[in-house]
Amino acid sequence: MTALLSVRDLSIGFGAGESVVKGVSFDVDAGQTLALVGESGSGKTISCRAALRILPRTAQIRSGTITLNDSNGSVDLTRISERQMRDIRGNRVSMIFQEPMRSLSPLHKIGNQVSEVLWLHRGASEAQARKEVLTQFERVGFPDPQRAYDSYPFELSGGMRQRAMIAMAMVARPELLIADEPTTALDVTTQAQVLGLIKELQRETGMALILVTHDLGVVANMAEQVVVMHKGRVMESGAAAPILTSPAHPYTQQLFNAAPCIPDENAVGIPMSDEDMILEMKDVSKTYTMRSSRGWQGERLIHACRGVDLKLARGKTLAIVGESGSGKTTAARIALGAELPDPGGEVLFRTSATEDPITVHHMTRAQRTAFQRKAQMVFQDPYSSLSPRMRIQDAMTEPLEIHNIGTASEQRDKAADMLKRVGLNADMLKRYPHAFSGGQRQRLSIARAMMLDPQLIVCDEPTSALDVSVQEQILTLLENLQDSLNLSYLFISHDLAVVARIADEVAVMRRGLVVEQAPPETLFYNPRHPYTKALIAAQPEPDINRPINLKLVALGAGSPDSWDDAFRLTDSVIPSLVEMEPGHKVRCHV
Amino acid sequence: MVMLRYAVYRFFTMLLTLVVVSVLIFVIINLPPGDYLSNQIAELQASGQSAGVQKAEFLRKEYALDRPIWEQYLIWMGFWPGPHGFDGLLQGNYGWSFEFDRPVAEIVGDTLWLTVVVNLAAILFVYAVALPLGVIAAARSRTWIDYTSAFVGYLGLATPNFLLALILFYYGHQYFNLPIGGLMDPSFEGQPMSWDKLKSILVHLIVPTFVIGTSGASAMMQRLRANMLDELGKPYVETAIAKGMSPSRMLTKYPLRVAFNPFVADIGNLLPSMVSGSVLVSVVLGLQTIGPTLLTALKTQDQFLSAFILMFVALLTLIGTMISDILLVMLDPRIRYEGRDA
Repeated sequence: MTALLSVRDLSIGFGAGESVVKGVSFDVDAGQTLALVGESGSGKTISCRAALRILPRTAQIRSGTITLNDSNGSVDLTRISERQMRDIRGNRVSMIFQEPMRSLSPLHKIGNQVSEVLWLHRGASEAQARKEVLTQFERVGFPDPQRAYDSYPFELSGGMRQRAMIAMAMVARPELLIADEPTTALDVTTQAQVLGLIKELQRETGMALILVTHDLGVVANMAEQVVVMHKGRVMESGAAAPILTSPAHPYTQQLFNAAPCIPDENAVGIPMSDEDMILEMKDVSKTYTMRSSRGWQGERLIHACRGVDLKLARGKTLAIVGESGSGKTTAARIALGAELPDPGGEVLFRTSATEDPITVHHMTRAQRTAFQRKAQMVFQDPYSSLSPRMRIQDAMTEPLEIHNIGTASEQRDKAADMLKRVGLNADMLKRYPHAFSGGQRQRLSIARAMMLDPQLIVCDEPTSALDVSVQEQILTLLENLQDSLNLSYLFISHDLAVVARIADEVAVMRRGLVVEQAPPETLFYNPRHPYTKALIAAQPEPDINRPINLKLVALGAGSPDSWDDAFRLTDSVIPSLVEMEPGHKVRCHV
Repeated sequence: MVMLRYAVYRFFTMLLTLVVVSVLIFVIINLPPGDYLSNQIAELQASGQSAGVQKAEFLRKEYALDRPIWEQYLIWMGFWPGPHGFDGLLQGNYGWSFEFDRPVAEIVGDTLWLTVVVNLAAILFVYAVALPLGVIAAARSRTWIDYTSAFVGYLGLATPNFLLALILFYYGHQYFNLPIGGLMDPSFEGQPMSWDKLKSILVHLIVPTFVIGTSGASAMMQRLRANMLDELGKPYVETAIAKGMSPSRMLTKYPLRVAFNPFVADIGNLLPSMVSGSVLVSVVLGLQTIGPTLLTALKTQDQFLSAFILMFVALLTLIGTMISDILLVMLDPRIRYEGRDA
């Protein structure tokens, strides 16, 4: 039997440079799922895009063949004309992309964009296409296909947009679907549901799937064949089970070791001590008023945080976990004084156990300056949080200049010292940020935050833009810094596995409320709240014998009024946070 | 429904803005010390012509120039009874031009709609030229097409309009027998509209349209090209290609739609810049537009004439902005549904 798609000796390069994909070969059989795994820069995306020749303008396929062998015959996709290629795209082979937010045109209705595939390839009339698209919408799980058809992308959530993308890719019934990191930009629970959907559709239609991903957990859940890529070459390939259980290549092993996972052994977490609280948030709420810019539309209220009570002991890490829109970032911004809480809420900060606390939102000028030196932030996106026009040295010494600390040469020495601390070289001070990789940039961000010798660092998803192996390094760095300098972290994340590793206490947020709070060991071994259970269940594990339990995900990730009676949350009735056992609080009706 | 409500809302805000603008115009025109009549009286008194002084004093009373400025304003607008009862802009009395010694309505008369015609023609020209060229330049960026159009565009931007006017005049007349000067053949002036008159106007429009529109078109083209290039890098363009669309259809359906917004938003700004930018051209080409008249009126402190012209330009601008706002809401669902519950 010949493979549906067979790639042989594929090499791709940019301009006159060295090839970025070097002699890559793999096969996909009909109905099968092949996962292309690798870190950024491994060439996985370029290789799969070459199949549809959707490449950057300067990229050229230098050698090799890509043969498509479907029911319409056999073609070499690298040789055919652009016009023939067009007939294949979206029709015989289709593709979905990483960012559902930006992969749909904002100005056209979803229905129009999906129907277009049928107009193009089937010559379908408007009405025919509409009928078929509506059926497809129903299959991908739109609760109200008619409404979705007439919606614009910005009216749908990320998960729904990715469903629309899947519908678009599937509507012409291609025999091969290429999915380029289809769930990387989504929340874990949404990711679990979208992966489940792709699998189910695959079962129904028997199409083959090439899944490009960096997440071994996703691979374990989806793939039958795996190709591991590194620096443009295939490191290891073959059936998923053996590779995932006993990787032969050292690079694959390294990937596995770096992947954090949620522990499941029975351990009793030690609740944080109450003695030396560096940060206390008391009944913090934040309500935004959305006022339309037009006079003829009313305003509405958005509750970003509701009655958040959190404590962080000195030298410890408190993690806030939740999906996008859960209010975790707002809580962190309030903790830093960047945002004012609603009246009644209070944030207290203590420089030492013996000193009186300062109220973060009622500080004198001098107190504020002192507080800013003690509390710093590390941001999510290392690419946009450093000014591209400032040398590293200037970016690093700027905080010292603002606070008038030291002479210029002292500042420089401190910057050099800090760079060494985060594992970079002092001779990098003269460079600009573009000369650094994502992981190095995140080290720089951490170094910059450390320049003022802070006691508290707020980390807003510091590793979610990074590859797993780099993530591992950054987490280790954060741990080392904490140990040597007795730092306290307020750690914001959506990734339970990362949190499991670094946190001393975890608060799970949903819709602005803390729904469950406990030390990580307790939380992961004995989760009580349906939403926490869903989060844990949705986390893809790089273990082929532990597939995602979609039922658990669906139970907890849905709307809060679909939760069990004991946990139900409506606009008017909000259960209170109850301490179930020492240090384990759950929001439920008792 | 949303659209209609917005249009009505936008119309009323436009009226409100117009009133505010009218106050500003009136105040600014009255800012320099003296007015046409007091200047004239001073002059007459100096040369001892008492009869003239009397006439000027009479006119001062007649046009309420002896009253406080806020009262003058209200009378001018027709909100307040003047010496002859309510008789201002609202009642259709545009005032009296002291310089020309004729009613303002008579002086501006034809030139009003000729101004509109010339500028509309120029705007249509701008859009007709900039749209295809901008798109092609973006789609073929960094090729000879792009470079050529950019070169021609910069030439268009850098050449002074009146110079371009003179050059085109000469060659247009020499090789294509295009008429020189004016907006119609002199024999049609003051005649009722007829087929021949229309034809004459259209032929006369060619050179002015080109001259006034060139710099606007090249600026617009460059902007559209930049917008298009931004959009071409967006993931939804890739999605469209992955669907199997042909390049031309993909370009016009997706990125152009998004890049079009600033294009539409410019309608409002184009009008006033064309009116003021075309003064020199109108003088050179002998066009009977409002620009040169405005220049004279401002120089001689002929307040009612200049105020009326400025009001007229302001009205054009406001209408232009209103049209572009309403078009934007129609074109872009994100603006339409902003704040709507998802």
